[in-house]
Amino acid sequence: MIEQILDYVGMIFVFIGSLFFLFGTIGLVRMPDLYNRMQASTKTTTLGVLSFLFGIGLMQLQWMIKLLVIALFIVLTAPVGASALARASHNAGIKLWEKSIVDKYEERKK
Amino acid sequence: MNSYFVYLILSIIAASIALGTYRLLKGPTASDRAVALDALTNITTALLVLIAVLSSRFIYLDVALVYAILAFVGVIAIARYLEGGL
Repeated sequence: MIEQILDYVGMIFVFIGSLFFLFGTIGLVRMPDLYNRMQASTKTTTLGVLSFLFGIGLMQLQWMIKLLVIALFIVLTAPVGASALARASHNAGIKLWEKSIVDKYEERKK
Repeated sequence: MNSYFVYLILSIIAASIALGTYRLLKGPTASDRAVALDALTNITTALLVLIAVLSSRFIYLDVALVYAILAFVGVIAIARYLEGGL
């Protein structure tokens, strides 16, 4: 009984996670410039992968600890990678979208 | 897991991979491609975990873990290269 309920809750989490994959990649295609694309695609990482792994863990409870280790690793490394990539491409001279109005990093560099 | 549910999840993931590959091939700059590659590696990590569940092998989770680590190292290396430090 309780296993059945956990199975259905896990299915809901896995479904939400895969929907976030779809939304993140739609944002990746539709957004106008690099920095907007980056903020859309990091939703794929955080909400998508975390919810997916947690849902799988609810289905297979004995795997939960290892799945949480993978999730913890992704949570720790994804912001570092995104931040390094944004900073590097700003320094490499990639322009913002022309309708963007604030650029704190440019002000700070002067 | 219900098999219809597995088909639904796999088709959603396939659509996401197709959209990400479009940005990976088209992206105007190298940074766009790196961002698309980052999103694709995260989707692939989730897909590896799903394959581990479907074939019910616990050991396959190690593949997903190592893949996530290597993807992080790759993104950092690409960032260093774009900045001109490599």
